Amino acid sequence: MSAVGLKFAPLKSQHVLPGFRLSLGFTIFYLTSLVLIPLLALMLRPFELGLDGVWEAISTPRVLASLRLSFGMALAAAIIDSVFGLIIAWVLVRYRFPGRAILDALIDLPFALPTAVAGIALSTLYAPSGWLGGILAEYGIKVAYTPWGVLIAMVFISLPFTVRTVQPVLAELGKDVEEAAATLGATRVQTISRVMLPMLYPAILTGCAMAFARAVGEYGSIIFLAGNLPGISEIAPLLIVIKLEEFNYAGAAAIGVVMLATSFVMLLALNAIQSWAARRR
Amino acid sequence: MSKRVTKPTEDPLWLKLTLGAVALAFVAVVLVLPLVLVFKEALAGGVDAFFNAMTEPDTLASVKLSLLAAAIAVPLNTVFGIAAAWAIAKFDFRGKTFLVTLIDLPFSVSPVVAGLVYVLIFGNHGWFGSTLADHDIRILFALPGIVLATIFVTFPFVARELIPLMVDQGRDEEEAAATLGASGFRTFLMVTLPNIKWGLLYGILLCNARALGEFGAVSVLSGKIRGETNTMPLHIQLLYDNYDYVGAFAVAALLAMLGLLTLAIKSFLEWRYADELAASHRH
Repeated sequence: MSAVGLKFAPLKSQHVLPGFRLSLGFTIFYLTSLVLIPLLALMLRPFELGLDGVWEAISTPRVLASLRLSFGMALAAAIIDSVFGLIIAWVLVRYRFPGRAILDALIDLPFALPTAVAGIALSTLYAPSGWLGGILAEYGIKVAYTPWGVLIAMVFISLPFTVRTVQPVLAELGKDVEEAAATLGATRVQTISRVMLPMLYPAILTGCAMAFARAVGEYGSIIFLAGNLPGISEIAPLLIVIKLEEFNYAGAAAIGVVMLATSFVMLLALNAIQSWAARRR
Repeated sequence: MSKRVTKPTEDPLWLKLTLGAVALAFVAVVLVLPLVLVFKEALAGGVDAFFNAMTEPDTLASVKLSLLAAAIAVPLNTVFGIAAAWAIAKFDFRGKTFLVTLIDLPFSVSPVVAGLVYVLIFGNHGWFGSTLADHDIRILFALPGIVLATIFVTFPFVARELIPLMVDQGRDEEEAAATLGASGFRTFLMVTLPNIKWGLLYGILLCNARALGEFGAVSVLSGKIRGETNTMPLHIQLLYDNYDYVGAFAVAALLAMLGLLTLAIKSFLEWRYADELAASHRH
């Protein structure tokens, strides 16, 4: 983990460009003091409690329920976004139609729209009196103030990741492979499902992992929509906030460590997917 | 003769229509509807009510605080991004890939966890909590905490735009300038900066949008004191929880307009200066 322990030195000493020590020194100083040491403070916390203390803090029914909800819904949202993200990327890359540029720009809306804005908008939209909540209520479906609210907010927040990872890869796929498949007698649907989709798997998987990582840690948009009922629609990040407000630092840190460990695992997974994709090429 | 022959690499019409309809419907319901609703609700009480809500003193204080926090955090992360990209793109050293991974790390950390780590350091029971209290220095529930949270969540934005761009551009031009006797600073100003200016602007734009909109990390560290430590997103929550929907959606509409402006400039840069942005944005 410690970048400090590694020896940073130029491999070639005959460099003509100046500023190596200054720029790298500042980079490491800034990164260490603002990101690495604070994260270290979190990772060391459980050792102050002892592992038993951490387990005790996590294994209460309320915490376990919040972790199950956050991870389960994030996985579901990532899969939904992967499917629709692929379709949207396909439409954006392959079809020409009026308004395509606007549709393309709109995909990044969840990046540009603050999560609190998304939260109150989704909450009003899916409330029983809202535009969509009203329609769904007629079919007996409740979204606002239920676990489904968590899912809706996560689907919103994570969509750009899946579209934006598939889109450039799809744009670079050469037409020669498709032509070859068509020449050999494949129907269009066969060409897409048997030839093109397999080439997109690494990008789809990368987008799915990024969408999951974003969704599992999301806070702002969800708390307005989910109703935050303990054990039912209360997400793990919210429970961290609640524990902090109760000055239960140990309990907050224990959940924080689980979330941070997830982040590291997702980073490793993303790197693994990338090297797998590089080997396939 | 008028029957159109579809090329073998073109989707049949039924497939085009189906996929197109699914994509449009999904984007309309998931993305466009919430956006339209923000503006509709903000103007629900008429234009006068909107402007009254906007000029309310606590609302203005939240706008000012958000701008101030962004005005500190964005330049710092910009300097960091340039320094990191210079070191990574212009020199070879061991551990480079690892360093790039570490720079991206804040993106995969939950905003709430970002707030939490600073509480564990600067809070009353934190590492430096008692020392800070002895010297009467306030970090939590004050501007420094808000700025720290903003820096953490916007940390990689500029760096991750510049690193791939400058790696692509190589180091020949800078080496030529240095060989001809230009100082390091002059080389950067006259050779590097003109090459990266649009990529730099792109990174700053996204960094700024996130800085003004950050909610989770800031909410943990700000203490949410109305009119004092409430940023715009936190003020939205306060108004909304107090059933002041016109007020909440007025601030939300302001942030949404900023977001749309960001998207417009971003799309313009991608369209006009595609060759001068990181390769992943060229489409």
